[in-house]
Amino acid sequence: MTLSLALEARDVSQLPSRRDEDWRWTDLRGLIRELPVPSPEASADASGPFGELGEAELLVVNGRVQGDLGLLNVAEGEQRVVRLRFVSATQATSHGVKLTADLKPGARLTLLESYEGLAPDYLVDADLSFRLGAGARLERIVLAGDDAEGVSVSLASVDLAPGADFAQTVLTDGARRQRLETRVEHPGQDAKVRMDGAYLVADRRHADLTTAVTHAGADGETEQLIKGVVADQGRGVFQGRITVSPGADRTDARMGHHALLLSDRAEVNAKPELLIFADDVACAHGNTVGALNEDALFYAQQRGIPEAEARAMLTEAFIGEVIDRIVHDGAREVARAWAAERRVG
Amino acid sequence: MLSIKNLHARVEAAEILKGLSLDLPAGEVHAIMGPNGAGKSTLSYVLTGKQGYEVTQGTATLDGEDLLSLEANERAARGVFLSFQYPLEIPGVPAMTFLRTAMNAQHKARGEPEISATDFLKRARQVAGQLKMDFDMLKRPLNVGFSGGEKKRMEIFQMAMLSPRLLILDETDSGLDIDALKIVADGVNALRSPDRAMLVITHYQRLLDYIRPDKVHVLAAGRIAATGGPELAHELEREGYDKYARAA
Repeated sequence: MTLSLALEARDVSQLPSRRDEDWRWTDLRGLIRELPVPSPEASADASGPFGELGEAELLVVNGRVQGDLGLLNVAEGEQRVVRLRFVSATQATSHGVKLTADLKPGARLTLLESYEGLAPDYLVDADLSFRLGAGARLERIVLAGDDAEGVSVSLASVDLAPGADFAQTVLTDGARRQRLETRVEHPGQDAKVRMDGAYLVADRRHADLTTAVTHAGADGETEQLIKGVVADQGRGVFQGRITVSPGADRTDARMGHHALLLSDRAEVNAKPELLIFADDVACAHGNTVGALNEDALFYAQQRGIPEAEARAMLTEAFIGEVIDRIVHDGAREVARAWAAERRVG
Repeated sequence: MLSIKNLHARVEAAEILKGLSLDLPAGEVHAIMGPNGAGKSTLSYVLTGKQGYEVTQGTATLDGEDLLSLEANERAARGVFLSFQYPLEIPGVPAMTFLRTAMNAQHKARGEPEISATDFLKRARQVAGQLKMDFDMLKRPLNVGFSGGEKKRMEIFQMAMLSPRLLILDETDSGLDIDALKIVADGVNALRSPDRAMLVITHYQRLLDYIRPDKVHVLAAGRIAATGGPELAHELEREGYDKYARAA
């Protein structure tokens, strides 16, 4: 059951529902009674959140690719920085898109990916595949700026060769319902994965960051830091699964998820899972959900900082730890500004 | 400067301050000494406006202005500074950023222009030098991973930078070895001036050898039980707080 199947078959019964264990907190079947009509062709003139950063842009408007798909195929030893923009431009319509990025051995790609909702009430599905050859490096920075009334699902499936390096940072402020999911096939063998993210959710928005990594071979590394700030009646979901298959010895996997609840009606659902079937592994996870430290808040106020400003400073610093780990300098600063604009509480 | 009259305050259901009165004129340094649980820290939190400390009776004014009706940050902007017994760690915010934000917020509240980045840096270097602080420490997240002594020194650094009028030092000597104590005391003494007043809260007499008070008050069971000169601190060191605790 996926949104992509439902859109292909124009059949709401194919939508994932709360009966699917992995979708229990992001029910689509219960939300969508009828699929909106397919989206028309449209254009997007404005620039996306990454502006002119990088060398080239691949624009996808209402599910239609406008530009050269070859930008996502990076030849051996080549490196590039590409903006990939998914724009939903038409109210009360639905669309899906499937894309594949292929990085040959030793290739390097920095992908500046954005989700942009320019109209309310759309339904969008993005299904992405990434293949990384031996020693290839992909840094994926995602800014998900969906409309408050949009419904948005993105799935990235990542397949790594030995020695490949995959790093991502996903930032979102949620939507009416939104899931950003990443699944990684990890071969071990000195391949490295970093899967960070942050959700800043206010009003009645919903953001779901779901990740699954399967370590199939020995000597692999995965690290993850997810942070969330939820205010009003917002809801944040984090589901993180790391599977260490039999024989994937000496796997080093660390997962951290930390969330701040800024109101009594805000909600965070977290399911960190480590499934370990190998010996001699170093795996750890930490998961905390709490309120802003009132003593720290008073300390800042005692120095003269007004309460609202102190709250903003503390939550920004909390999320900053995720943003600091972005490798691409320009993208890191764009991400920092993006998060500051969307600060909640 | 600071005038406290018949102050009663409670934390949750417990009444901690029970009719405390105190006059602290400009230019003077007063020590508040007392046994554990006497209400010393409560007094500092009530004066600075921490939530959860409810004033049920009495007044506290700074140069005639009612302090108790102001927000914590408004009191800071009027020159009230508390050096915390346990300074908080602020992960992700460099000490310099924190302090500059605080300084500009105070300037804004007083209708003064913002301090420029260059002026701020110049002043920070100078003050850090006086306190024998490693300047690089100011680039690290505030108090994160600092030792007890470093945190106290950072408090005095902030105090010197913000240049307050009413300085409240809450157990500033705790966690300091003798060398650090001297540096901190020098930093505090450098701020003594005719238009400033200091309230030095301490459990032990030791600190008062370095920061010489004009008056010593004994706080016991929520009110001032005795007031005297510096010799009172020595008497307390010899004889303990027993007689005041019993009298209360």
